[in-house]
Amino acid sequence: MIELIQHLVNGLSLGAIYALIALGYTMVFGVLQLINFAHGDVYMLGAFIGLYVSRHFALGDHPSLGNLIGVLVCAMIGCAIVGFLIERMAYRPLRKSSRINVLITAVGVSLFLEFSGQLLFGSDPKFFPQIYKPEGDWTLGALVINPLQVMVLGISLTLMALLQFVIFKTRLGRAMRAVSFNHDLASLMGIPTDRVISYTFMLGSALAGAAGVLVGLTYPKIEPLMGVMPGLKAFVAAVLGGVGNVVGAVVGAITLGLAEEFLVGYWSPNYRDALAFAILILILLFKPTGLFGAKRTEKV
Amino acid sequence: MHSPVAFKFTNSLLIATLFLGLSPIGCKKKQVPQDTASGSAQTTSVGPIKIGEVGSMTGSEATFGTSTHNGIDLAIRQINAAGGVHGRMLELISLDDQGKPEEAATAVTKLITQNGVTAILGEVASSRSLAMAPIAQTHKVPMITPSSTNPKVTEQGDFIFRVCFIDPFQGTVMAKFALETLKIKKVAILRDIKNDYSVGLANYFAETFKKGGGEIVMDQSYGAGDIDFKSQLTSIRTKTPEAIFVPGYYTEVGLIARQARELGIKAPLMGGDGWDSPKLAEIGGKAIEGSYFSNHYSSEDQSPEIQTFIGKFKEAYGVVPDGLSAMGYDAARVLADAMTRAPSLDPQAIRDAIAATKDFAGVTGKITIDSNRNAVKAAVVLKVVGTQYKYQTTIQP
Repeated sequence: MIELIQHLVNGLSLGAIYALIALGYTMVFGVLQLINFAHGDVYMLGAFIGLYVSRHFALGDHPSLGNLIGVLVCAMIGCAIVGFLIERMAYRPLRKSSRINVLITAVGVSLFLEFSGQLLFGSDPKFFPQIYKPEGDWTLGALVINPLQVMVLGISLTLMALLQFVIFKTRLGRAMRAVSFNHDLASLMGIPTDRVISYTFMLGSALAGAAGVLVGLTYPKIEPLMGVMPGLKAFVAAVLGGVGNVVGAVVGAITLGLAEEFLVGYWSPNYRDALAFAILILILLFKPTGLFGAKRTEKV
Repeated sequence: MHSPVAFKFTNSLLIATLFLGLSPIGCKKKQVPQDTASGSAQTTSVGPIKIGEVGSMTGSEATFGTSTHNGIDLAIRQINAAGGVHGRMLELISLDDQGKPEEAATAVTKLITQNGVTAILGEVASSRSLAMAPIAQTHKVPMITPSSTNPKVTEQGDFIFRVCFIDPFQGTVMAKFALETLKIKKVAILRDIKNDYSVGLANYFAETFKKGGGEIVMDQSYGAGDIDFKSQLTSIRTKTPEAIFVPGYYTEVGLIARQARELGIKAPLMGGDGWDSPKLAEIGGKAIEGSYFSNHYSSEDQSPEIQTFIGKFKEAYGVVPDGLSAMGYDAARVLADAMTRAPSLDPQAIRDAIAATKDFAGVTGKITIDSNRNAVKAAVVLKVVGTQYKYQTTIQP
């Protein structure tokens, strides 16, 4: 029983991180119908921005919650800028091209970030400083809950709630929903679609940046290729939940995190990475719109 | 479901999925940098003798490659300063394999066919040496791996040698150490399933440990590159082992140690020479302290040869050499010694001379090449204390 609960706790905190990355995929897909493959690498950049900021101010020497929040904000701003530049330089010139061109460009941007990362940061793994170190574990019999895990979960949920607020309660959110509903019509109604798309990229990238810092803090080994696998898995999570659906992305990510945890804990770790892609294939075969994806009919 | 949009939607996802499969292939083709030679084809009787080296200078196990390279480099400089071999200088041509077996195979082919090297040194990791060995064997170029411990490496052919011990012995060392020094009976294993070295070491450890009356309470695995090990460790925790044997590389071991402590596991970890990197203590921090691993040599050894080597190494590179630097140093010197003894620089003559190496005084112990082209020598067990690796005991073959 204790083992089961422990697996549950572990799976939840893994799922929360996938969720932060998956949200970016889903938001971009919502407004552009584009799978932004560079998203996993923006997450990697978030971790490295966090690393350099912490190193520069030697934040590892005096761990505190304030440090963590400061580093999170820096990484989110940094990634938002990166997201803006990616959209502006790589995707916007192709706005009128066919979708496959943009998709290939996305793969290109992804490889560009991965290998420039290796050139810039070096490809050996780096240690992420402990900028926030809550004291003591919460134990309940054999059940050990690391306060850091709870904090990661808490920060992720807060960010998701904020996102939900932005999407449903602000003018920007309404514009985003309008663009996502019908790009051309929104444009005709006077919504500056290009600017809305830029904001969407920045929001999604900022979330990925936050995920990068949170992962660096919990698994303090970061490297330029760290975004590849989580990026793909978050993509699967987004598809599982129904691409374009914000709640779906969170549910999909947490489902994936828990499924991985239980698979590894009770069966075999060899299929950890295979699981995500098996889910992807099944979803595409049987329910391509995902769990929460709305069936959208196009009226001509 | 069958609206045009749903179709488009599915299509774009399918295309996207296709890219998922393709993108790793895209990553693999990358120019091999660091080519220091001009690429003239044939070995001539004048000019320097070309020695090829393949190592992971970049990639996630970069410290393996750079440590070994520094060791080899130091040995070659010393040999050249002393007049070279047969009156000719040695020239080292180093290629980076980024820690990928397929790159290692490409690099060794290039060294042999384009650079025309006389002999090959490398790799550290068994999985990459295994990719290189058949190629060296086909071209009949002698190859010495400094520190690949998997037995299969030298079984690839009679031109493949090593100057380190092999995993059956290394596994035995840790099993003996656990039984006799730590006096424990219940051990769990966490092995890297993607790594020939780790799987082999885990098997030999389990065999000896069970023979000695110990019990393997759980045998779990992970894949290189994973960052989350909590589910395996949660399962291991239920069996309350007295130690966990993790024969992986330092890249993952540091994180495993951290997560074990976060889950409240107090048992020490044990491992092999794949732990040997300053990064281990950096990533593992306090969590890795008090853990043990087997290695080729200890820098605390006070014998004059070792202290001279450490002094020279520090002078050249500013750090204390780790085990892999020492192995690289020995591998290069064993090769030079064999070339000096060989009547000619014919590959067959060099091969025979390497095979005849007996009681060569290396910094990692006396090296004798046995009939299976492996070195027979002792291993040391080190304990992680702070950021230092402290000598515990020596275990003889």
